[in-house]
Amino acid sequence: MRETLLEIKGLTKAYPGVIANSDVSFSIGRGEVHALLGENGAGKSTLVKMIYGLVKPDSGSMRLNGSAFAPQDPHAARASGVAMVFQHFSLFEALSVAENVALGMENPPKPRDLARQIREVSETYGLPLDPDRTVGGLSAGERQRVEIIRCLLQEPKLLIMDEPTSVLTPQEVEILFQTLRKLSAEGTAILYISHKLEEIRSLCETATILRLGKVVETCDPRDTTARQLAELMVGASFDAVTREARAPGAVRLAVHNLSARSPNAFGTALKDVSFEVRAGEVLGIGGVAGNGQDELLAALSGEIVTRPEMVEFDGTPVGGQGPEARRTAGLLSAPEERLGHAAAPDMSLTENAILTAAAREGLMKNGFLDWSGARGFTEKVIKAFDVRTPGPGTAARALSGGNLQKFVIGREVMQRPEVLVVNQPTWGVDAAAAAAIRQALLHLAGEGAAVVVISQDLDELMEVADRFAALNEGRLSDIRPVQGLTVEQIGLMMGGAHDMEVAHVEA
Amino acid sequence: MDLGTINPILLVASLMVSATPILLAAIGEMVVEKSGVLNLGVEGMMITGAVVGFAVAVNTGSPGLGFAAAALASALLSLSFGVLTQFLLSNQVATGLGLTLVGLGLSSLIGKPYEGMKSPTLPDLPLPLLADMPVIGPMLFQHDLMVYLSIALVAAVWAGLKFTRAGLILRAVGESHDAAHALGYKVVRIRLMAIFFGGACSGLGGAYLSLVRVPQWTEGMTAGAGWIALAIVVFASWKPWRVLIGAYLFGGVTVLQLNLQAAGTRLPVEYLSMSPYLITILVLVIISARGYHGAPASLGRPFHASH
Repeated sequence: MRETLLEIKGLTKAYPGVIANSDVSFSIGRGEVHALLGENGAGKSTLVKMIYGLVKPDSGSMRLNGSAFAPQDPHAARASGVAMVFQHFSLFEALSVAENVALGMENPPKPRDLARQIREVSETYGLPLDPDRTVGGLSAGERQRVEIIRCLLQEPKLLIMDEPTSVLTPQEVEILFQTLRKLSAEGTAILYISHKLEEIRSLCETATILRLGKVVETCDPRDTTARQLAELMVGASFDAVTREARAPGAVRLAVHNLSARSPNAFGTALKDVSFEVRAGEVLGIGGVAGNGQDELLAALSGEIVTRPEMVEFDGTPVGGQGPEARRTAGLLSAPEERLGHAAAPDMSLTENAILTAAAREGLMKNGFLDWSGARGFTEKVIKAFDVRTPGPGTAARALSGGNLQKFVIGREVMQRPEVLVVNQPTWGVDAAAAAAIRQALLHLAGEGAAVVVISQDLDELMEVADRFAALNEGRLSDIRPVQGLTVEQIGLMMGGAHDMEVAHVEA
Repeated sequence: MDLGTINPILLVASLMVSATPILLAAIGEMVVEKSGVLNLGVEGMMITGAVVGFAVAVNTGSPGLGFAAAALASALLSLSFGVLTQFLLSNQVATGLGLTLVGLGLSSLIGKPYEGMKSPTLPDLPLPLLADMPVIGPMLFQHDLMVYLSIALVAAVWAGLKFTRAGLILRAVGESHDAAHALGYKVVRIRLMAIFFGGACSGLGGAYLSLVRVPQWTEGMTAGAGWIALAIVVFASWKPWRVLIGAYLFGGVTVLQLNLQAAGTRLPVEYLSMSPYLITILVLVIISARGYHGAPASLGRPFHASH
């Protein structure tokens, strides 16, 4: 048994209308890799924010190294040896690596010394990084290294990591795990937040599972199956996704040598992308975020207009058409960003339904809107996809992320598309709802539609896709059947551990 | 037209005087914007500084006290903007425009009794040795204290933003207030300090107009200088030395066109009067047209520590 480092007793935190944490107690040993598991909204973030001093608990206490620990702010937490790697928003894109690191330290050394220390630590832990580069130009994996090195320079006793692998390729994940094991062996405790169950089973020795703000179980994840963990998180058993056997039909969507510039200054241009999707088939497109996923969706939905022959739908060139024309013909899409792209935040669900379904569902007559028809369609979507909302008049902004995601996907699926393109269909959705969305996509394909699923969740792609390809810097890899594909091969298709090769050249 | 009447030494010397109010206001606004706040009230703060500085200088007989009072008055005015936008989360654009209107109205109210009066002005302060150099001496080194101070302020802002930890934190807050908050920095407090500094600089700029450049009080005497300062910050890509170039360019063209008018050029006066605005914006657009603009990523976005 390890010596106790951090002991948490009865932590409670309530926000107006929600209890984020209720009487949470557990302890972390020195050098222990401890997983914190739970669905979105289970209270993981609030809990670690209390440990890091960003949020003050309503009641309960913490002890660090045997003495009372109640950090007033992150500065106090860092001074006591607690460091945190954030999931996102803690880096400054316009600043250099060294400046970003300095901002996260209590007493940063002089710039020259700091640059030297960054190089030293990055070599010790196999995380190559140039302190002078601007963070805006770094890949997701490199950005995470900046955060980790920022923490390591403070020699923390407890390192909190919030979903660190969501942006990494499998090879980069392996490198990260080696670093974490090395840290653990040196006596640094790690509190690891994730909902990727297989990762937790390979890395962590203890897992605390939260549901609706309460601890439901503390167990050893190595002795528990991923399915058991998932059911503990959700609190119920749910149906696994089943695939119907089907023979692919005629080509419905064909993309020929698609090249397009990104409308976004920091975006990625598409370079010579070609693929075909047949009726009844699901094509999965993976890759690390920011490698052209948004641009590919935009080019297929009509937001980016290209030369007509670059995108063909049922043999008709549609590359030159805008979104309305493509929607009317049956080529539908659902983008990644729910609020502001897929849905207008301040408009009601009914209004949002009209925005994409007007033409196909006949919700518009002679330029006038058919409100009762639109309400009916919206209610159908809400019922079929189990969207938890008071009613179709609710503003999109008022829905939780997962519920809005169900609505946004459901709205397209219910229009009986001929071709459906979705980006990150289950992002931020709980396991049961994610299974329902995936099942709906498979069902759609079973009825003869062609489906393109763009996602960063490899498990999801393995579950729904018939064939797999990866986007890497705007180029599409070879397309391979999912059956028999190994994680190793997928990683290489995604570009491997890109920056590692660079590091060898420099060394 | 007789170009011979235009003396290049006098031209350069007077362009520095003419540019100083805009330079002061612009460098202050640049710091505000670097912290992620867009304060469109520069014009209102400048004219408040102009009237308060003038009134205090006339009543006390000390232009130094006038400048100090102007800086304080405009900084306090800017704090009202700060409280509205940072604590009450009002819209920055609307609040800034409101601040301009308040400043214009307030200044004409305060300034009514002072119209037509003359104020004591700042004496010239020739720098020893440097001022005696031929040509360059009278051009650059025979000015009043505020001209030197304004240039020193540009250098200080540049060095402060680039080399100090406070400057790094200020830039970080303007770049991503969520990230800065997550690391434990007091976003609202840092922004309020930046707004206060920006207000003080605008006040100094306004007082320079009414105490040195003109030196007299007339209603609405800033005549858009605050707006030009705002434009210069944007087109200078938020870089201190480019702000200096922009302000001097504007001052230079202003002085040159006045000289041309005096020399009796045949170009209509309207074209000459609009030329400083046109040329400044044109040149700065060309400078900033090349690639990276460097606007602080959180500029104008409201911050609330709710997550």
